[in-house]
Amino acid sequence: MSKMSISRRDFLKSSAAASAAAAIGMAVPSDLEAKSNAAQSDWRWDKAACRFCGTGCGIMLATKGGKIVAVKGDPAAPVNRGLNCIKGYFNAKIMYGADRLTTPLLRMDEKGNFDKKGKFRPVSWQRAFDEMETHIKKALKASGPEGVAVFASGQYTVMEGYAAQKMMKGGFRSNAIDPNARHCMASAVVGFYQTFGIDEPSGCYDDIELTDTIVSWGSNMAEMHPILWSRVTDRKLSDPERVKVINMSTYRHRTSDLADTEIIFSPNTDLALWNYIAHEIVYNHPDAIDWDFVKKHIVFAASPVNMGYGMRREGEKSLKDGKYSAKEMEIMAKEMKKVVSAKEAPALAPYGYKEGDVMVNNPAGLAHWEISFEEYKKFLKPYTLDYVAEISKGNPDEDIKEFKKKLKELADLYIEKGRKVVSFWTMGMNQHTRGTWVNTLAYNVHFLLNKQALPGSGAFSLTGQPSACGTAREVGTFCHRLPADMMVKNPAHRKIVEHSWKIPEGTLNPVGNQHIMKIHRDIEDGVVKFAWVNVCNPYQDTASASHWIKAAREMDNFIVTSDGYPGISAKVSDLILPSAMIYEKWGAYGNAERRTQHWRQQVLPVGDAMSDTWQWVELSKRFTVKDVWGEQPLRGGKKLPDVIAKAKAMGYNENTTMYEILFANDRARSYKLDPEDPIQAGFDNSECLGDSRNVVGSDGKVFKGYGFFIHKYLFEEYADFGRGHGHDLADFDTYHKVRGLKWPVVDGKETQWRFNVKYDPYAAREKTGTTHAFYGKLAKALMQGDLNGVKDKTKKSLKNKAKIFARPYMDPPEMPDKEYPLWLSTGRVLEHWHSGTMTMRVPELYRAVPEALCYMHPQDAKEKGLKQGGLCWVESRRGKVKARVETRGRNRPSRGLVFVPWFDEKVFINKVCLDATCPQSKQTDFKKCAVKIYKA
Amino acid sequence: MHRLYNTYRFLILRRLTQIGLLLLYMAGNYWGWTVLMGNLSASSVLGVIPLSDPYAVLQMFAAGAMLSSNILIGAAIITLFYLLIGGRAFCSWVCPVNMITDAANALRRTFEFDKIQKKQPASRHIRYWIIGLSLIISAAFGVAAFEFISPVAMVHRGIIFGIGFGWAAMLVIFLFDLFVLKNGWCGHICPIGGVYSLVGRFSFVRVHHNEAHCTLCMKCKVVCPESQVLHMIGKKSMPVLSGECTNCGRCVEVCDDEALEFSIRKFLEAPASQPLEEKI
Amino acid sequence: MSNRLPEKERQMRKQPVSDRRAFLLNAARAVGLAAMGGLVWSAYVDEVKASELLLRPPGALNEEAFLRTCIKCGMCVEACPYDTLMLAKPGDQKPLGTPYFIPRDIPCYMCTDIPCVPVCPTGALDVESVSSDDKLDINSADMGLAVIDHESCIAFWGIQCDACYRACPLLDVAITVEYEKNARTGKHAFLKPVVHADACTGCGLCEHACVTEKAAIFVLPREVAMGRAGTHYIRGWDQNDEQRLEGASSRTTTTEISKKSAVDSLNDTGDLY
Repeated sequence: MSKMSISRRDFLKSSAAASAAAAIGMAVPSDLEAKSNAAQSDWRWDKAACRFCGTGCGIMLATKGGKIVAVKGDPAAPVNRGLNCIKGYFNAKIMYGADRLTTPLLRMDEKGNFDKKGKFRPVSWQRAFDEMETHIKKALKASGPEGVAVFASGQYTVMEGYAAQKMMKGGFRSNAIDPNARHCMASAVVGFYQTFGIDEPSGCYDDIELTDTIVSWGSNMAEMHPILWSRVTDRKLSDPERVKVINMSTYRHRTSDLADTEIIFSPNTDLALWNYIAHEIVYNHPDAIDWDFVKKHIVFAASPVNMGYGMRREGEKSLKDGKYSAKEMEIMAKEMKKVVSAKEAPALAPYGYKEGDVMVNNPAGLAHWEISFEEYKKFLKPYTLDYVAEISKGNPDEDIKEFKKKLKELADLYIEKGRKVVSFWTMGMNQHTRGTWVNTLAYNVHFLLNKQALPGSGAFSLTGQPSACGTAREVGTFCHRLPADMMVKNPAHRKIVEHSWKIPEGTLNPVGNQHIMKIHRDIEDGVVKFAWVNVCNPYQDTASASHWIKAAREMDNFIVTSDGYPGISAKVSDLILPSAMIYEKWGAYGNAERRTQHWRQQVLPVGDAMSDTWQWVELSKRFTVKDVWGEQPLRGGKKLPDVIAKAKAMGYNENTTMYEILFANDRARSYKLDPEDPIQAGFDNSECLGDSRNVVGSDGKVFKGYGFFIHKYLFEEYADFGRGHGHDLADFDTYHKVRGLKWPVVDGKETQWRFNVKYDPYAAREKTGTTHAFYGKLAKALMQGDLNGVKDKTKKSLKNKAKIFARPYMDPPEMPDKEYPLWLSTGRVLEHWHSGTMTMRVPELYRAVPEALCYMHPQDAKEKGLKQGGLCWVESRRGKVKARVETRGRNRPSRGLVFVPWFDEKVFINKVCLDATCPQSKQTDFKKCAVKIYKA
Repeated sequence: MHRLYNTYRFLILRRLTQIGLLLLYMAGNYWGWTVLMGNLSASSVLGVIPLSDPYAVLQMFAAGAMLSSNILIGAAIITLFYLLIGGRAFCSWVCPVNMITDAANALRRTFEFDKIQKKQPASRHIRYWIIGLSLIISAAFGVAAFEFISPVAMVHRGIIFGIGFGWAAMLVIFLFDLFVLKNGWCGHICPIGGVYSLVGRFSFVRVHHNEAHCTLCMKCKVVCPESQVLHMIGKKSMPVLSGECTNCGRCVEVCDDEALEFSIRKFLEAPASQPLEEKI
Repeated sequence: MSNRLPEKERQMRKQPVSDRRAFLLNAARAVGLAAMGGLVWSAYVDEVKASELLLRPPGALNEEAFLRTCIKCGMCVEACPYDTLMLAKPGDQKPLGTPYFIPRDIPCYMCTDIPCVPVCPTGALDVESVSSDDKLDINSADMGLAVIDHESCIAFWGIQCDACYRACPLLDVAITVEYEKNARTGKHAFLKPVVHADACTGCGLCEHACVTEKAAIFVLPREVAMGRAGTHYIRGWDQNDEQRLEGASSRTTTTEISKKSAVDSLNDTGDLY
């Protein structure tokens, strides 16, 4: 009730006035009437964050009779000021689909024993945890900690993500936890790390209102970030002459509607386009370079180009076992070596390659070194307008002169003195076999012109998921990360975490390489024997999907899915756990502009569903020190040390459970449950207090709650890692009083522009005496070299500096050819969220867009004998799906490209996509593969 | 067994024809078969030959519609078929309502209603009046008037495309024929039957009565839905020449004495030589 | 007219009267019955004809000509690959047996080969009206016109919806998005859908896609949805508007004050003095 905009006194006054007025038949002034209506209502409004995208809109939820009955945009929320998109509009309906999972389900035979080939039957929570315990122990025995994996999520609440990663890394000592955010944000993250030395954007959404130019690169903001798009639209309307909007895409979509210029480019040539703009600056407008800024804040850098495409490499088990067809191997062979094509040869010439050369690929990791500006200039030389226009023109029907004119205009807008420019991107630049590269290339242009980390100027990565930033990245539910930008491979970082978690030194596993594709591949190779799906749908959202489904269903392993609804991943699993959905638990999300937003549990979960936090904490009760902290084997003969003795020295014994150490320790118990606390008063807390459903828990007894405020504990312990390190979060209670805050929150104040001494206290603290301080700490000492490699191994510090990278255009591994003549790009639609498990259950959204269509050019359709609305096969080397042909819809590809959204489990397009990734970020390229299309 | 077959052979054939045609129409709608598409108002055979209901076309003409060549050809084919060959066979071999009215009639005989209601209170000429009236209303309102209320079309369309409240029309006809008027719908009111009666007078296929074999058992008159057409039974050897005969063949089946059989009409006995109407 | 009228025999047996009198009486009775039946029948036909709020398949003649010409065979229904078209059943309260569609349930998906039209045997669905340059062109169909209820359309609230716009097969032609600043929030814009009557075919894909409980955008027959400005005023700023002058003519006008002739009115001084 705390959010009611009417005090008790006002209420008494207005309700008395209303009844008095009614009694004498007098008309009540309408605003007073509205107030009294609200006061007498039997529903409760409370604030929350929207469940869907990374925009992070604030909403208010109305709860009545223990169910959420309505939603409204939160007028006080700075991001959306009371507005929503149509997904947000249906937040009140997403938890109440008729097929909500309400009880654990296990594949069993007739006798009630687990049977991989059996049918799902309801079991108790106790039985569910018994099975998980058994199979985790089996997996640990067979493969060590690397045999236990978690498909994590950018849709976890902060607390869930933290609990999961704590149990995985601190308990099981496994780093095989990686989120679906890997498919979404990883290239942006590595781009941030390499360029700034620290994750997350420098700017914020306020840039939209301050800028003169919005360039959207591989981002259909009109559909994927509708509320931000309406802010862009407002900005355009406020000064239509001055403000320019440019849409850069491989096919026409709705973001072009508002755009002054639309540039349709050939897939992967965004690399060339960024370098073309840099070439224009360096070669044709050197006066536009802010040398003062560049000299003080920038170093130039290079990295190897022959790093492959993140596919499986020769010698991996499943390849040897013949699990990949000859057709698939045609493309996968390029992971080892490839022939330099005519298209990429000019761009690779500065590296000594010419057309026809065989490039031998080697895993390069994240290595890079400093080069001179002259070397960078040499690298840029090939990106003339002629070359770039030639390779990047994406619409075969467009006149090359017209296209060149547009490229020139684009460069001119960036270069124009005094013109503020924001470059936005989403999946087009992240889901890319050179995703890290292209992310860093974006900063190059902004840095050369000193148009980064300034109000109204900057390159800004838009997040796809509601908490890809808040949970996946900041909490660090990645295989290689720890909270607050710390890395598992850094011994100092591990020590900090071990100390905070009160676990023995040496517990944490230093090898963190099981990213999400690696987990799938490890399951197929038989290494991972136990995998748990949390708040995501990895069996629908991963490319080359048939392989992973087959591996899950046909091999000796145990797959668990926690979900609200029966999606593809649940179907593929052996055990399904019913999860509490978003407003059925306390939580927090962090959006793309570093804004952290909290909400309270609004209602009790449906059926026997319990939150993922609870599931992790209950699982931790099943494992003791002696189960997990003894010596553990890793791949390649490595071992994790036995830390049981150290644990005993810390006061634990062999039988102390992980629950006691990680979740119910003294600090945790200090967060008290208090019915008088205004934050807690009147709200359910199923994990801490139990609830009126009296769910029978993991021990076969009615679950009565932990007795301490576990959410607050998890949040505060996590937040401590970032406080004082540039990641400062406010305290738990503050977030319940405000509409989110952009971190770093220093002295109660949020930060709009990082690295800018005027706005960022951390930058000011560096006392650089200049405008900026790029204070990120990762990879901030480099060896020296040229484009082809390191020449001088002495490392030079680049404190407070950022990097401009020389990174060339290269072809993706699979391109259209005679047999598969079309590009396939995949993506989303406004109406549906990701794999559709929630939105496909909202009748209005289902009716609006009931199926995924194959968008294509009418000419291509005609040539293939396809009819508008008729069915076609979309077939690649990996598989095929049937979809309806759409030649006139919202997306209008040029000839040579088709677009299929991936939300529809019946049009399972990820069976067609290629699981090539950026070798640095490990993010899959869902935007490019080659297909053929024919009549179904 | 053989006797049973003899007694019902035409009935079985008629039902097979009626149901078979319905199934072909339904297959056209549900599975896209092209053998017979549309319905009894207008159809297309194998997507090539048009067929249309001459009475509906007549009403459309009265309503002032531009008649397409397709629809005129279709009406001509149907008219010629019944004119030259089938007689009023539409009513007993094609129309689905016939099954309903036959059922009502059979029940009437079973419960011996006819013995109570000996005289039928209505004229069999109502149908001709309705034809006239429908054309006037069609002309006045510019729509094919009977097509809006036709229970025959309702039932047939209903079976092919979904029935809605069309089942009520079926029920009303059944109850009407059962309790109100013997052979009420098909024998008195239905203007489609009326049109085919007018057309059917000229066809070649006729039931022929051989008075010499007749034992005057009158079974034929009992089963005949248009019993007035059998005015010659036991009196004179001659073909049944009235257009109101539906060529259902029930009289032929039930005759144990081979006094009735199908035959091809002789040209000499031209319809003009017969009185147009028979007494009821 | 026939001299044999209903119940003549019975009449004759009951009371022997002259043939002539009986004939007249019976004729009168028959005519009376026919008139009564005809009246009821006409009333019904007139009533069902008046049903205006239904959408016909593409290429349908205007409603009056359509009702006159449609033979209700259902071949258009059979040809529709999406089960969009239905024949009006008893109880649907639509002209019985005629084809129509309800876009909220299943809209017209605007097949480019328009299978429903060429199969029509009567021309009630007119191939020419859905052709341009002698080729079938579904974009020239005119089944109705989409209308937006600005009160319940959530795009007019500022919600970023436009599901109708994205569903429109003539996207950016039949429905466009109009931008307008949202003064209340100060930093967002309305993206309001606008239907263009000259391009809208009335397919109803927008109505089908609309996410409000009852569609806020819906298709009405064009006659119902649109008003009509007279031909006496032509928009000076629109060259094409002159086309409306075709077939226009001047007409004598009458109002309450001008209905009497000038002389009569001059001579009628009333209470003027």
